[in-house]
Amino acid sequence: MQWTINGQRYVAEVDVRTSLLDLAREHLGLTGSKKGCDHGQCGACTMLVNGRRVNSCLTLAVMHDGDEIMTIEGLGQVGNLHAMQSAFVKHDGYQCGYCTPGQICSAVGMLDEAKKGWASHASASLTDAELNDAEISERMSGNICRCAAYPNIVDAIREVAGLGDREPVLVAAGEVGA
Amino acid sequence: MSDVMMDDPLRPSGLAQGQQQILGRPLDRIDGPAKVAGAAIYAFEHAPDRVAVAAIVGTPVGAGRIIRIDTRAAEAIHGVVAVITDDPRMPAGQANSRAMPAFQTDTIFHYGQPVAIVVAETQAIANEAARLVHVEVEAAPGRFDPRAQPVEAKPGIGFLPPIEIGDVDSAMADAAVTLDATYTTPVHFPAALEPHATTAWWDGDAVTLRISNQVIGAARNTIAQALKVDKDKVRVLAPYVGGGFGGKTGVGAEAILAAIAAQHVGRPVKIALPRRQTAYMVHHRSDTVQRIRIGCDAAGHIAAMAHESVVAQNDQGQFLEPVPFGTLPLYAGKARRFTTGLVRVDLPETGAVRAPGEAVGTFAVECGMDEMAERLGLNPLAFRRLNEPTVDPTSGKPFSTRRMLDCYDEGARRFGWPDVLPDPASVRDGEWLVGIGMAAALRGNFTVKAEARVHVTPDGRAMVECDMTDIGTGTYTVLAQVAGEMLGLPIGRVDVRLGDTDLPPSAGSGGSFGAGSAGSAVALACEDILAELARRMNASPEELRLKDGCVMAGGRQVPLADLLRGEPLTGYGKTGPGKESQRTSQASHGVHFCEVAVNAVTGEVRVRRMLGVFDIGRVLNAKTARSQLIGGMAWGIAYALSEDAVVDTRTGTFVNPDFGEYHVAVSADIPALEAHFIEEIDDSANPVGAKGVGELGISGAGAAVVNAIYNATGVRVRAMPVTLDKLLADLPPI
Ligand code: FES
Ligand code: FES
Repeated sequence: MQWTINGQRYVAEVDVRTSLLDLAREHLGLTGSKKGCDHGQCGACTMLVNGRRVNSCLTLAVMHDGDEIMTIEGLGQVGNLHAMQSAFVKHDGYQCGYCTPGQICSAVGMLDEAKKGWASHASASLTDAELNDAEISERMSGNICRCAAYPNIVDAIREVAGLGDREPVLVAAGEVGA
Repeated sequence: MSDVMMDDPLRPSGLAQGQQQILGRPLDRIDGPAKVAGAAIYAFEHAPDRVAVAAIVGTPVGAGRIIRIDTRAAEAIHGVVAVITDDPRMPAGQANSRAMPAFQTDTIFHYGQPVAIVVAETQAIANEAARLVHVEVEAAPGRFDPRAQPVEAKPGIGFLPPIEIGDVDSAMADAAVTLDATYTTPVHFPAALEPHATTAWWDGDAVTLRISNQVIGAARNTIAQALKVDKDKVRVLAPYVGGGFGGKTGVGAEAILAAIAAQHVGRPVKIALPRRQTAYMVHHRSDTVQRIRIGCDAAGHIAAMAHESVVAQNDQGQFLEPVPFGTLPLYAGKARRFTTGLVRVDLPETGAVRAPGEAVGTFAVECGMDEMAERLGLNPLAFRRLNEPTVDPTSGKPFSTRRMLDCYDEGARRFGWPDVLPDPASVRDGEWLVGIGMAAALRGNFTVKAEARVHVTPDGRAMVECDMTDIGTGTYTVLAQVAGEMLGLPIGRVDVRLGDTDLPPSAGSGGSFGAGSAGSAVALACEDILAELARRMNASPEELRLKDGCVMAGGRQVPLADLLRGEPLTGYGKTGPGKESQRTSQASHGVHFCEVAVNAVTGEVRVRRMLGVFDIGRVLNAKTARSQLIGGMAWGIAYALSEDAVVDTRTGTFVNPDFGEYHVAVSADIPALEAHFIEEIDDSANPVGAKGVGELGISGAGAAVVNAIYNATGVRVRAMPVTLDKLLADLPPI
C-alpha cells in the first residue's frame, strides 16, 4: 500500500482493520491528527483526502491506496504557519488544543466547499450559499470543541475568509419584531 | 526562598511596580503555535520504542460478584502479549490520595468496573481480545435508580456540612411572598475531548507515566501508593492535557493499570479509554434534586433562603456534590438552610465536574430568584440588587472583594436590559417567541499550596518551572506574563516548563485555583530574584524598576545580563492559604444576560445572544480569561438545553455514553458570546490578586437561558435540560 501524505510518499503494510487515523498516528508518527472518539462523532481526526475533509477514524487505511492526504503537519509548521493556523492563534480559537488540528483542517476544507458553492443546512437555497456566521457554524458543527472555543473559531475563520470582525449585536428584546 | 502563606493581604512589590506592562494584556498563547501545528504532545503520543497497547475489560453487570475470569480465548489471539487479571494492585476504580478504591475485589460496584487488562501489539488486537475475555458473574439486583433510594440526611462525606441559621420554617410562615419549588438536573459527563490515556514505562524499579491529568503532583503520590512503590520512583509527565473539566483530577484506573501492565510485560504500555468506556471508568457529576424556598417581605427583602438538595454516590466514592455551595454567600436573608442529602447507588462514581456545586446549584437558586421576582412584581435584576449582602450572609465574614453590583450595572448597560420586562410570551419575531433572562454568577475562590522556581540566565532570559498543568487554561502564558512583568522581560524572553513532577510541586488545575496559586508562587520566586538584584544594585527592592531586560535604581540603568555576571540566578517561591484566607469570604462574581428565541411551532430553542460581566480579581491575560468564561457560558447553554446522561435504571448502564447521543454544544448552538471584566485586584486572595475564572462562566449561565425561555414562552421548566418535549404542550397558541 502507498499513500502520499503531506507531499511525501509512504509505503507500508498494515492490518486491514487499521484506520487512516491510526495509520498516521501509530505507524507513521504523525500524531498531529487527534483521536477524540474513534467513531466519527467529534471531528478531531479530520484530514483532507484528495482535498476533501474526512473523519480519518472512520475510514480504513487500505481504502486510500494512492490517495493524496493532507494532515495538520502538512498544512503548516511552527515558524511557518498556514493562515488558518495563525488566525486560530490570534483569535484564541482553542483552549486545550486537542480538537484544534481537526478544526483547522476542517475549516480549510470547509472554505473550499463554500467557495465551490456547495450548500449547507443553513443556506437560504441550494444555489445561494453566501458565507456568514450561521453558515460557518453549521458547516463546522461536525467538529466538537469541548472547551467551547466556538465563537473564537468562527472569528478566526471569518478572518481567513475575508469577512472581517463581527459586530456585537445590541438590541433589547423588546425591540425585536415587537 | 520566598515562602509566604496568605496570613495577611499581600501584593509583591515587584508586581506593584511592574513596568513591562504585559500582565493582563490579551497576549496570544505561547503554546499556541505548537497546538495549531499539531506539534503539542498529549498522553497517548510519542511512546518509547516497543510500546504495547492495552484495552481494559469491564464487568458486564452493574451489581453482584465476580466468580471467575476466563482469559483463554483472548490469550489465543495472535499478537496478544498478556492478559492480566490477578495483580493485587489492580484498582476497581479511580484513585486519589484521600480515597483509594478497592483493589482486586470480587465486589461489583457498577457496570463496566475494570477487571482485566489485555496487552497486545496493536489496538485492534487488544480490542478484539478484550471482547473474548469472559467475566463470569453472579448478578445481584442493583440500586440503579437514584430517585428510588432512601436519602441519608447527614452523609458524613464531602466538604460541605449541613448549615442551619435561624428558623427557616417560621420565617417562611411569616413571609408576605414565598416560593417553594423543586428543580432537577441530570447526570453530566465531563467529556474532555482528549481521551483519558496513559503511556507508562519502567526503568528498573522506577516508573514514568505520561498521563492526561489535571493535578500531577497529587497523582504521583496516589500512583506510588497504589503501585506500592516509593514516590521518588514515580515520575508523572503531562506537558499538554486535552481538557479535564474535573474528570482528570484523580488518577484514573487506566493509569495504574498501564503501569501494572508495563511491569508485567517488561515493555512500555499505553492505554486510552474508548469514548463509551469513559462513561464508566471516569466519574460523572451526580444528578441532583434541589428544593428552593425563598420568603420575602412585601417589598422583596429576603427573610428566608433554603437550598436543600439530594445527590448520588456509589459505595466506593467519597465525593459529595456540594450543590448549595454557591448559594451560601449569594443573597441576604436571616434564616438560612443549606443541605446535601445522599443516596447510595450502584452506578459509576460521581465526582467533581467543572464548578462542582455552582454549575448545577445555580439552576435552582437563580431560576428560583426569577420566579420570586415575578411573584413580587419586581424586575429580576432589581430584586437581586435589593438583596445584595454587605458581608457573607452565612459565615458573617467580610468579602475580600465583591463587585457584583458593578457587574449588574455594566451588564445591564451593555445588554440593554429593560427596567420593565416584556410580559412572558409577548414578543414575537415571525414564528419565533423571543425572550430575555438573566442570572447572577458566583464561584467560591480557593487558593492552594504552590511552589515554583524561576531562573534568569546570563543571556537575559527567564525560565519558569513547576509541575503545574495547562489543560487549556492558559497556564503557560499567564505564568510567563507574571514572570515577565516582575522581571522586566518581554514575553518572548520567558520560557515555561510545566507538566513534570521532577519540577517544584504546584497547584495543579482544578477548582479554578490554578492560575492564582501557581502564578503567585512564580511571583514570589521572582521576588527572590529581585531581592538579589537589588543587593547587586545597592538599592532596596522597592526602588528597583525593571523593563525590557534593564534594571534601574537610584538613577542607574544596568542591563540584566550584566548584573548576572555570567551566572544564572535562581529564585524559589512558595505560597498557600493562611489566616487571611480564613478571615475573608472569597468568591468570583458575575452576571449573565441572555436572549433566546423559541420556535412557536416546534419548541426549538436558539440562544441569540448572551453576555456576561465578571469580577475575577486581577485579570492575568484578558484573552485567555475571556476564552475560559465564554467556554463556561457555552457549557451553561448546553446544560440548559441538551446535556443529559440517561441511566437505564434496569441495568445501571448509560443509554447515551458518547458524543453521538450525549449532546455537548456544537458551533451551531453557540452565538457570539461576550465576556467583560470588572477588575479589582484581590490582595486577600493570593499574591497575584487573581480569583478563579474557569468555573465562573458556567455558574448561572444555564439559569439565564432557562429564565429567558420562560420570558419567551411563559413556560417554566424545572427539570433540566429544557428539551422541546418539555415546552411543546404548554406553548402559547400559534
Ligand atoms: S476521532 Fe474521528 S470523529 Fe472523533
Ligand atoms: S480546544 Fe479543547 S476541545 Fe477544542
